[in-house]
Amino acid sequence: MSRQERPRVNAGTIKTAKRLLGYVTGTYKIQFIVVLFCILVSSVASISVSLSLRYLLDDYIIPLIGQKDPDYSELYMALTVLGTIFLCGVIATFVYSRLMVTIGQGVLKRVRDEMFEHMQTLPIRYFDQNTNGSIMSLYTNDTDTLRQMINQSIPQVLMSSLTIIVTFVAMLVLSPLLTLLAVLVIVVMILVSKVVTGNSGKYFIRQQLDLANVTGFVEERMNGQRVVKVFNHEKISEEEFDKLNEQLFESSSKAHTFASIMGPVIGNIGNVQFVLTAVFGGFLSVAGIGNITLGVMASYLQFTKSFTQPFMQIAQQFNSIIMALAGAERIFRMMDEEPEVDEGYVTLVNAKKDADGNITECKERTGLWAWKHPHQADGTVTYTELKGDVRFYDMTFGYTPDHMVLHNLTLYAKPGQKLAFVGSTGAGKTTITNLINRFYDVADGKIRYDDININKIKKADLRRSLGIVLQDTHLFTGTIMENIRYGKLDATDEEVYKAAKLAHADGFIRMLPKGYDTHLSGDGEELSQGQRQLLAIARAAIADPPVLILDEATSSIDTRTESIVQKGMDNLMKGRTVFVIAHRLSTIRNSDAIMVLEHGRIIERGTHEELLKLKGTYYQLYTGKLELS
Amino acid sequence: MNRKLLRSVREYKRETILTPVLVMLEVLMEVLIPLLMANIIDIGITEGDMDYIIRIGLLLIVMAMIALFLGAKAGQTAAIASAGYAKNLRHDIFYKVQDFSFGNIDHFSTSGLVTRLTTDITNVQMAYMFSIRLLARAPFMIILSLIMTMTISVPIALILLVTIPILGGVLIWIAKKAHPHFIEVFDEYDVLNNTVQENVNAARVVKAYVREDYENKKFGKISRKIFVLFTKAEKIVAWNSPIMQFTVYAVVLIMVLIGGRNIIGGSMQTGELTSVIVYAIQILSSLMMVTFVFVQIMIAEASTDRISEVLDEVPEMEDSEDAIKEVPNGDIDFEHVDFSYSGKGGNLSLKDANLHIKSGQIVGIIGGTGSAKSTLVQLIPRLYDVTGGSVKVGGIDVRKYNLKALRDQVSVVLQKNVLFTGSIYENVRWGDENASDEEVQRVCKLAQADSFIQEFPGKYDTMIVEGGNNVSGGQKQRLCIARALLKKPKILILDDSTSAVDTKTDALIRQAFREEIPDTTKIIIAQRISSVEDADMIIVMENGEINGIGTSEELLRTNAIYREVYESQMKGGADNE
Repeated sequence: MSRQERPRVNAGTIKTAKRLLGYVTGTYKIQFIVVLFCILVSSVASISVSLSLRYLLDDYIIPLIGQKDPDYSELYMALTVLGTIFLCGVIATFVYSRLMVTIGQGVLKRVRDEMFEHMQTLPIRYFDQNTNGSIMSLYTNDTDTLRQMINQSIPQVLMSSLTIIVTFVAMLVLSPLLTLLAVLVIVVMILVSKVVTGNSGKYFIRQQLDLANVTGFVEERMNGQRVVKVFNHEKISEEEFDKLNEQLFESSSKAHTFASIMGPVIGNIGNVQFVLTAVFGGFLSVAGIGNITLGVMASYLQFTKSFTQPFMQIAQQFNSIIMALAGAERIFRMMDEEPEVDEGYVTLVNAKKDADGNITECKERTGLWAWKHPHQADGTVTYTELKGDVRFYDMTFGYTPDHMVLHNLTLYAKPGQKLAFVGSTGAGKTTITNLINRFYDVADGKIRYDDININKIKKADLRRSLGIVLQDTHLFTGTIMENIRYGKLDATDEEVYKAAKLAHADGFIRMLPKGYDTHLSGDGEELSQGQRQLLAIARAAIADPPVLILDEATSSIDTRTESIVQKGMDNLMKGRTVFVIAHRLSTIRNSDAIMVLEHGRIIERGTHEELLKLKGTYYQLYTGKLELS
Repeated sequence: MNRKLLRSVREYKRETILTPVLVMLEVLMEVLIPLLMANIIDIGITEGDMDYIIRIGLLLIVMAMIALFLGAKAGQTAAIASAGYAKNLRHDIFYKVQDFSFGNIDHFSTSGLVTRLTTDITNVQMAYMFSIRLLARAPFMIILSLIMTMTISVPIALILLVTIPILGGVLIWIAKKAHPHFIEVFDEYDVLNNTVQENVNAARVVKAYVREDYENKKFGKISRKIFVLFTKAEKIVAWNSPIMQFTVYAVVLIMVLIGGRNIIGGSMQTGELTSVIVYAIQILSSLMMVTFVFVQIMIAEASTDRISEVLDEVPEMEDSEDAIKEVPNGDIDFEHVDFSYSGKGGNLSLKDANLHIKSGQIVGIIGGTGSAKSTLVQLIPRLYDVTGGSVKVGGIDVRKYNLKALRDQVSVVLQKNVLFTGSIYENVRWGDENASDEEVQRVCKLAQADSFIQEFPGKYDTMIVEGGNNVSGGQKQRLCIARALLKKPKILILDDSTSAVDTKTDALIRQAFREEIPDTTKIIIAQRISSVEDADMIIVMENGEINGIGTSEELLRTNAIYREVYESQMKGGADNE
């Protein structure tokens, strides 16, 4: 809710409009041209109703008055011609209505897809800085406004504009002098509508903002609804909600009020114009100035009557256009967010060694991986075996510039080691893993992976080389089978069972009424926290990664189960590097190296035995546990 | 529109009724003004009568001003009525959800509720606004115009009388045909929103597994489906305009034919033909307006159904009139308690649990993953109702308490806990909104959170971001404990709430519990033996049943599971002593 924007319509809005229109003309160029043509035909047909009537009367009906045996054949002919024009109009309307559906929905689909795809490229930082609700709002509220605009506003505005032009030309032909008056009135109309739409636009933009605020609040509270209940916090939540809701009501009712005023205002300016024209024209014709006959006057006034109609129609679309542009602006702002920087060019490949020990690339999985390192200078490629050697050099890092989490951290994981981080909460353990897989970026050369600067490794390949079980377990809507398979999309059912067994999840899964086909929703709320962790571990296990990071992966799992899971994982990861973060010292006791972190610094390093001998912090932690017995 | 939902209009009834009244008066003006215009042309201009033109012109301007006022006012009342109705609906849904029990919450997804509060209500708001503005306008306009036509030419009026129901019927038929498709669209919207939400929440997982392409494909499939469904629905509706136009044109042609013959025959004036055509177009476009509103209502219908789903959900728990408001003490008793998440007849998650805990005791609960530890404790503050047997707090069945009173006295730190956007002060004050700064700091000290809070540059005013993602897991847990402590409960339940806290801090927290809140019953679910070892009573859970109860010493002797866990955790340490 910290996002504060000043609602206004400016040059940026025009840029947004152009960009949005680009979506329409870009993908659907031919269709759009057809639509334009059809709208032209359709509006000509609709204008011809009022235009033709006078000709029909003057040329085909009035001459027949009083004839004893009138010959209707010419009238029939004229009506047939008119009917044909009408039919063309109907067909044109049908064609453009159908096409606009496809264009409108197609554009929306493209906007959604691009928005989502772009979101996937954004750095973790973006998700830290924006509430989930405000991101959600882009896909719902803001996209909805676009639909309205593309489907209704664009055809309506085009149609009305054409009608205005045709009517204007007809009026100009009849009397340039009187048309001057009409122009004057149009100027007034434009000025007035500018004031009104300025106001409604302001409130419509505010309405969308307030809507996003409500969405954000509701999203957060509904996610934490259980906590609300436990704390009897319903009343306070309700009060806070009422405040936001009231704000939304204010802006929404004002926006729609101004929007609805538009029609009557323009319509009645039109009525006043009619009177002015009649008086002025009547005066001119009576006085015989400007060659205006009473007959011309009568026709001219007929046009004046229908002249304001299209202006009203355009004015009515204005608001949905402004609202859509405000929505589009927010959508584009997200699309313009800098994606994760990835200048890496070193990729990860399956590899095998030939007799001489040279590494060559291969397609099939061999359990051996290599970094493929192309050299731009001479076009050669070198392969470096993936060993899992990860080193930090003098790393200082903070999520915000004013608060450093890691200080001058230097560490190394030798290939094949199981490396553990111990330390109080907030000591910086998770941050280290965040940096290894480059959720956050650091300066060149600070982290080397198999002696390659990790900034040179393509992010996707870097992350593919690292299996990770995160502190916060997140599962996806879908079956348990699908959730485990997330780690390796082409895994067979047997592989899924194997991974589940390894993670000791197989037992409880089979106890569920639908077993592996049990459908999970809402982050797997149906399962206990520990069961969810077991699934997350199975998901990592099936990926069978060269390097594994376990960040408090077993914190909610009982120790008996944990030791079984651990044995399985140790077997799987034999000879590969594993990073483990845990509070429970039993989890990490058999690590090859244990690093004790405090306030972002490594204060002790060694094996379990070495650290105990050291009688330092680790020793205290470890024996501290025994003191309690 | 759903009648029950309309009850939420409440204080905006005045504006709701006023709108059609104003609109009808406006329509009257709109029908009269063209009459005056016709007179100005037919009498004033044709005869060059300047006086007449000015006189009628002035009258027309006055009427235009009245019409302007009526129109603007109607716009305003419609806007207020619909925005107010939307506000009340949002209010009702939000309040309703606050009344939900845990069981109710399980029925709805977060994204589903969010869509209801936003997109769905916006749809209803628009439909409502159009309904009260246009549904009165259209029939009134049709009737007035028909009367005017009747005065000019009865046969032409008859033609219109035949056309109106046919066209109306066709348009409504189209709307009906499209309706089920719109419902499908909105259901798919839920799926889309859910996918977005999951991807936002689990952005780290997606990135860690390099599943961006996979997610893009998944999303692409859903958005493709929405495209297909929506196009199908809208293509049906797209028949409206051409059919409408066809009718108008056909009617115009027939009128010119009949009218022309009449004029030639001398039974009609040319001006009358023009007027009749204007009225015909007014009538038919009013019909068009009705179908436009109909489509809006139809879209809103799907939304209305979804809103009603929430409003009609019966809260599983409601306080009875004579609910007890005071919890006498922290005793807890379970008597033959069975529990199933799916209600009676469902898979029992907890079977025949019997327990007796005395006020002030420290109780540890351990057990394997999925052994029903959380399920057991959730029954104490009545987050769920038992399926069989009874749970008593202070000797009284929890179902007899006023819910608020019970939960004020039974404080749970949930396993899956959440902090909210706001400062640390604000977050901890969830326990007691009136607590002083000192009081907040005291409980944070108790929960061993004070030390790390002091290290933040903003101290207690440090802002927590959504979900508490800017503090570590262990820090989050300690803040949650502090929040629960601030309630000064008679029973405090920690559901695996120190798993991310290091053992030393964990021990300090328990020590503080023992010294500072000795009378509070403390139930601690934990994985670490050290967290429960010194408890007065330890409960061992296994597969939804209580496997053993006793002190650590007793259980070491009698309970195989406990012994195994104990030894596996203590073994390494003992070796190195």
